[in-house]
Amino acid sequence: MANARTLGLPRWVYAPAVVGAAFVLLPLVAIFANVDWAEFTTLISSDASKDAFLLSLRTSSISTGLCVLFGVPMALVLARRDFPGLGVLRSLVLLPLVLPPVVGGLALLYTFGRRGLLGSTLETFGIEIAFSTIAVVMAQTFVALPFMVVSLEGALRTAGQRYEVVAASLGAGPTTVFRRITLPLVLPGLISGAVLAFARALGEFGATITFAGSLQGRTRTLPLEIYLQRETDPDAAVALALVLVIVAVLVIGLARQSSSAL
Amino acid sequence: MRTRVMALFVPMLLVAAGGTACGGSDSGGSGGGSEATLTVYAASSLTSTFEAIGKKFESDHDGVRVEFNFGGSSDLVSQIQQGAPADVFASADTANMDKLTADDLQAEDPEDFASNTLEIATPPDNPAGIASFADLAKPDVKVVVCAPEVPCGAATVKTEAATGVTLSPVSEEQSVTDVLGKVTSGEADAGLVYVTDVTTAGDAVTGVPFPESDQVVNTYPIVALEAAKQPDLAQEFVDLVLGDAGQTVLADAGFGKP
Repeated sequence: MANARTLGLPRWVYAPAVVGAAFVLLPLVAIFANVDWAEFTTLISSDASKDAFLLSLRTSSISTGLCVLFGVPMALVLARRDFPGLGVLRSLVLLPLVLPPVVGGLALLYTFGRRGLLGSTLETFGIEIAFSTIAVVMAQTFVALPFMVVSLEGALRTAGQRYEVVAASLGAGPTTVFRRITLPLVLPGLISGAVLAFARALGEFGATITFAGSLQGRTRTLPLEIYLQRETDPDAAVALALVLVIVAVLVIGLARQSSSAL
Repeated sequence: MRTRVMALFVPMLLVAAGGTACGGSDSGGSGGGSEATLTVYAASSLTSTFEAIGKKFESDHDGVRVEFNFGGSSDLVSQIQQGAPADVFASADTANMDKLTADDLQAEDPEDFASNTLEIATPPDNPAGIASFADLAKPDVKVVVCAPEVPCGAATVKTEAATGVTLSPVSEEQSVTDVLGKVTSGEADAGLVYVTDVTTAGDAVTGVPFPESDQVVNTYPIVALEAAKQPDLAQEFVDLVLGDAGQTVLADAGFGKP
């Protein structure tokens, strides 16, 4: 009698799975192989590298926070409400997923830039967004938000509303239902969405360089620093790339641990 | 169910196979017909001039097609070092050409064919009223420059040393086109770009030349490559660029003499 553990996979599944995995892993191996290990610590501890790394961590963390703040309500509305035009709204909101990041940066520029839709109004109030760290956070949030929304919306739809209905019938108000039933139920989906958003924000390049510019310590995040270093110092670029890979692996690993522990 | 899946799957495979087969025979020009393809890797600041020179080359040589790969000079050198199929390489500065010659990838010694100097570019109405290089250092001016790692940025650093004026840019861009973009979009009050970029941009920017620009000159070298698939055509292209016809095109665009 076959059960879930003894049921074999069809044999032809293994070949493409291995090829796919190799395709993703081999370039990482190539990066490892190309690192100048003797100079590694010197390369990653230069002022420019440290500034870029800390800036990346700071901005990605803030962006992830914003993604949670705005993504959770968005996912709730998309998953639990139904109104005409919902499908269209969902497609538009998820647009940054398919938009080339540079196009995203241009769009942000046309909105918040000096001559942009909102930018000219903001400038009269003395708020200048372009070339600032705020612009970096905005660019990262723009590209990472759909990851949060998609992840959480999927989890919400799968979880269903049975428990919420019971709780409401027992007299709990909507906020209490959300806080004590919905949120704990979809926490794994929320965490994985946050992890994806963080990873996307960390690796964000096109929108940042187009919208925020590139200045050490203020707007030059790690991907921008790597892109710049490869012009003159490919060894530094590879070393920093490895740092980025390690951080990504750590974040994803930690998130897997915490979500499975629930 | 299985027949339906196969009915979709098999045509997809055939289309994919057919597509790749078609693509293959199109790009393999030298095997089939009499058309030869010359591949030229050139710095992006040479885009419009080299495309014009390429057309002249094609009309002078029957059955020859010139294909260009424009990009940042150091990107192009990396590609060539990794075995990219280039016949000719034209760099925006000698530093990147030296990387190529250090690896012995050239067929002969590189020759200088043009030079470029910096110019200040501002939005058409020049909102910050820039009239000199020193004006760029004024506190409210948002100036955008190239990062020191790229040729135009290295020239900017040398200009700062020559004039004694230190700039505090709001952004150090990766390429001169990005600097120009920030100026034309109105985000920056001023940017340091090449003279040729101001000429190409036309009405989109106002150029503000400054006297100290003559002290910092980027020299552009060109060379045919050792591993060229079309060595004779490569050398002829180099000769065309160095000859009167090529030099006229470059001069008209604002390039200086080598």
